[in-house]
Amino acid sequence: MKNNGSKSEAASDKMSSDKKMFGHTRVIDFMRLRMGATALSVLLLLGSVATLFINGINFGLDFTGGTLIELSYDKPANVAAVRNQLGQMGFNDAVAQEYGSANAVLIRIPGSESNATLSNQVARQLNAAYDGEITLKRVEFVGPQVGEQLRDQGGLGMLLALALVMLYIAFRFQYKFSLGAVIALGHDSLIVLGVFSLFGLQFDLTVLAAILAVVGYSLNDTIIVYDRVRENFRKVRRGTPVEIINISLSQTLGRTLATSGTTIMVLLALFFLGGDMIHNFAAALLVGVGVGTYSSIYIASNLLLYMNISREDLIVPVREDEVDDMP
Amino acid sequence: MNRYPLWKYLAIFLFVAIGAFYALPNLYPDDPAIQISGAGAATQVGETQLKRAVAALNAEGIAVKSTETSERGNSVLIRLTDNEDQLPAKAAVKEQLGHDYVVALNLAPTTPDWLLAFGATPMKLGLDLSGGVHFLLEVDSQKAVETRMNVYAGEIRTALRKERLRYRTVQGANPIAREFAFTDEATRDKARSLIIKEFPDLTTTADEDNGRFIVSATLGEQQVRDLEDYAIKQNLTTVRNRVNELGVSEPLVQRQGRKHIVVELPGVQDTAEAKRILGKTANLEFRLAAGFDAAPGTTDTFEFRSQPGRTANLQRDIIMTGDQVANARSNVDTQTGSPEVNISLDNRGGELMKRATRNNVGQGMAVLFIEQKFMGNRTETRMVDGTETEVSVPVYREEKKIISLATIQAVLGSNFRITGLDSRAESSELALLLRAGSLAAPMHFVEERTVGPSLGKENIRMGINSTLVGLALIVVFMLVVYRFFGLVANIALTLNLLLLVGMMSILGATLTMPGIAGIVLTLGMAVDANVLIFSRIREEVKNGKSPHKAIAEGFDRAFVSIFDANITTLIVGVILYAIGTGPVKGFAVTLSLGILTSMFTAILVSRAIVNITYGRRRQLKKLSI
Repeated sequence: MKNNGSKSEAASDKMSSDKKMFGHTRVIDFMRLRMGATALSVLLLLGSVATLFINGINFGLDFTGGTLIELSYDKPANVAAVRNQLGQMGFNDAVAQEYGSANAVLIRIPGSESNATLSNQVARQLNAAYDGEITLKRVEFVGPQVGEQLRDQGGLGMLLALALVMLYIAFRFQYKFSLGAVIALGHDSLIVLGVFSLFGLQFDLTVLAAILAVVGYSLNDTIIVYDRVRENFRKVRRGTPVEIINISLSQTLGRTLATSGTTIMVLLALFFLGGDMIHNFAAALLVGVGVGTYSSIYIASNLLLYMNISREDLIVPVREDEVDDMP
Repeated sequence: MNRYPLWKYLAIFLFVAIGAFYALPNLYPDDPAIQISGAGAATQVGETQLKRAVAALNAEGIAVKSTETSERGNSVLIRLTDNEDQLPAKAAVKEQLGHDYVVALNLAPTTPDWLLAFGATPMKLGLDLSGGVHFLLEVDSQKAVETRMNVYAGEIRTALRKERLRYRTVQGANPIAREFAFTDEATRDKARSLIIKEFPDLTTTADEDNGRFIVSATLGEQQVRDLEDYAIKQNLTTVRNRVNELGVSEPLVQRQGRKHIVVELPGVQDTAEAKRILGKTANLEFRLAAGFDAAPGTTDTFEFRSQPGRTANLQRDIIMTGDQVANARSNVDTQTGSPEVNISLDNRGGELMKRATRNNVGQGMAVLFIEQKFMGNRTETRMVDGTETEVSVPVYREEKKIISLATIQAVLGSNFRITGLDSRAESSELALLLRAGSLAAPMHFVEERTVGPSLGKENIRMGINSTLVGLALIVVFMLVVYRFFGLVANIALTLNLLLLVGMMSILGATLTMPGIAGIVLTLGMAVDANVLIFSRIREEVKNGKSPHKAIAEGFDRAFVSIFDANITTLIVGVILYAIGTGPVKGFAVTLSLGILTSMFTAILVSRAIVNITYGRRRQLKKLSI
């Protein structure tokens, strides 16, 4: 983002490897760390899979079915008393907790005991036993079959999105790119899932939406980099694939940081000011955008190298024949 | 070189102006209101009712903001100043006016007339912002098929008896098939051709088993599907009627997928009442009373609903079911002054009723009320993803009770009445049950989401706050990093927000909390296009291009990247929209629309601003970037 290049130097397409300059862009040797990045990503992925196996995902009401009741008391609520009462009503597996403020209580009753009139019963009984005023702020009830259906639909949607995106990239770029992009975004969403599993954060429908948005964002990032890689492979005559990728990453670095910066800023605003209902949504996106930025630099391009990307992959066929000048 | 022709500037300006214009109505928040209309279509509602209602509100100390009467004279609207007043206001007015009027909660738009004249309306707010209830009902359409098969079986039995073909019924294991056994082949074949002639919808097969000659009649696959479809449609109508009974303005009742019905009631609601009325999982059967000479095994005994202990014998054959009841109204006979219930049936119902009553004048006919009572949950072992899992399944028990037993006075058709009722209260209860019972299949609640109005307001406040803070952060960031061009991007970004709101208002899209999150996220990502263009321009400047050339190349070259990146995100947005429900759909809509508007503002609008600023300067030395 800084104007480092001195104006006196002539613009050229040539690499001057000792100064690590390409044109007027300082070239950073990102790929020097590619082994380290690979190791880190493999570690993160294995960690995510491990925690998914050990801790599982804390599925929210949307997916498990059950009843959720948010109550607002006129003075700080005694959660222990609420728990006690719920136990007396026969809901031994019900969970009651403070929600947002001391006056608000959130009650979750798992799927097995639920029917649609339950929420009103519980609210009425709690109200009767309390000498102040309780207002019912929010009720959610999801039948167990609906939850199952949503889970299936969500998974199906993910797969469909991946397939279509792969097709589009294969059509616009080349299949190695589409494989790289899809692996990179799989990497990102798996790590987000891993973080949610590790910290036991609630995974509901909005979080699923957030993960799909991460997919979109991560793709966006990756494609901007790939676009440059494609352009440079065609434009820069000399240079190994590693060098070309380093050049492309350096050229897009400013943009990558600026966009991630603005996105993370608004996400922080959402995280802190958006309220409890989209807290986890913002959290998923924050993790996702962070990982997405890393993966567009280190994973997506790195994968191209593992797939032995070469100039031939990107030659526009209609051009007059070009001499192979690969080293 | 960096100049647009005049028409292009004008077109861009016009587009932005239209977007801004249609975004305007969102500045006028809705008033909480109550709406009064007549219970019947003919009831007039006007100044008289309005005066009584306002007086009732004044007595309760509820402030009235303004009132209006509709042009057609069938409803009045009372605007209130406070959301919290809505429920008490409804109760007070309802008590004052009585049961001939429907009092509904309403959110009355305050959009000025000059905006309405152009069809500009504000965005609809999702339930999480406006407060309200969302229900998902599942229709047990299998039951509808079984019931229809029972009706068929009854009709076949009647037809066989009339032709004096002696048979024995064999209950098949298959709910969509019935078997009839005969002692000899000739009778069976006669019976079979009779069934084929009279019931072309049924597929018949002939069989022989241990000297018994069997005809089985089966519903075809297409018929089953039609019946299931019909059941959902019928239930949808019934649910609509019930929602109207609730008195909610602008409710949403919609079919979702193969067997679900979505009900959304915006605004403050009494959820317990709503569930009670919507959840009446009742159905009806019309049957003839059994005579003393009825053969054993052809009758059933049922209890009366209003008099526990009293029972009556009814024939097993069902004349018709409640879904054939088109309407039922409680009335008073103008001559005798005694209460009665007027029933109208649909065509098929009328036909069936005529056929059944033709030879049975003077006999009794009963209406059976069938309720699905929730009995608690039972665990069941099911195969889920290849492993056996314990699943909890709700258990419902069917309860059939007689709600009316009357003597048939004449051959009945599509319109008839039940008289001899004790009181006005009894007749209106019976009419209500008849209407409520016009379900073609039982339904169960499978999902509920209620958001209180205070939480809705809180959500809006938090949504607006986080949007503004996010926007402010970006604006500062862009100014610091890109100076003049940052300003250009900020103008584009603000216009993008305006256009997005305008587009959503034009399309009638619903704004939800995740939708707001989508808008905030779009803002963050929308600057991306500008960032791409600007870093490209910087690069070109560094590479020694002239400022004008750098601008042109920056915009041109960045376009390909922007396009590819946005199309893929759009694919994800569209899929989210297709698979998502409720809040997720809202998010998908804003995300997808945001991508489109941001491409317009980031590329065309910011280019236009840059062109206006720099285009005329021939001797441009330096760019503020």
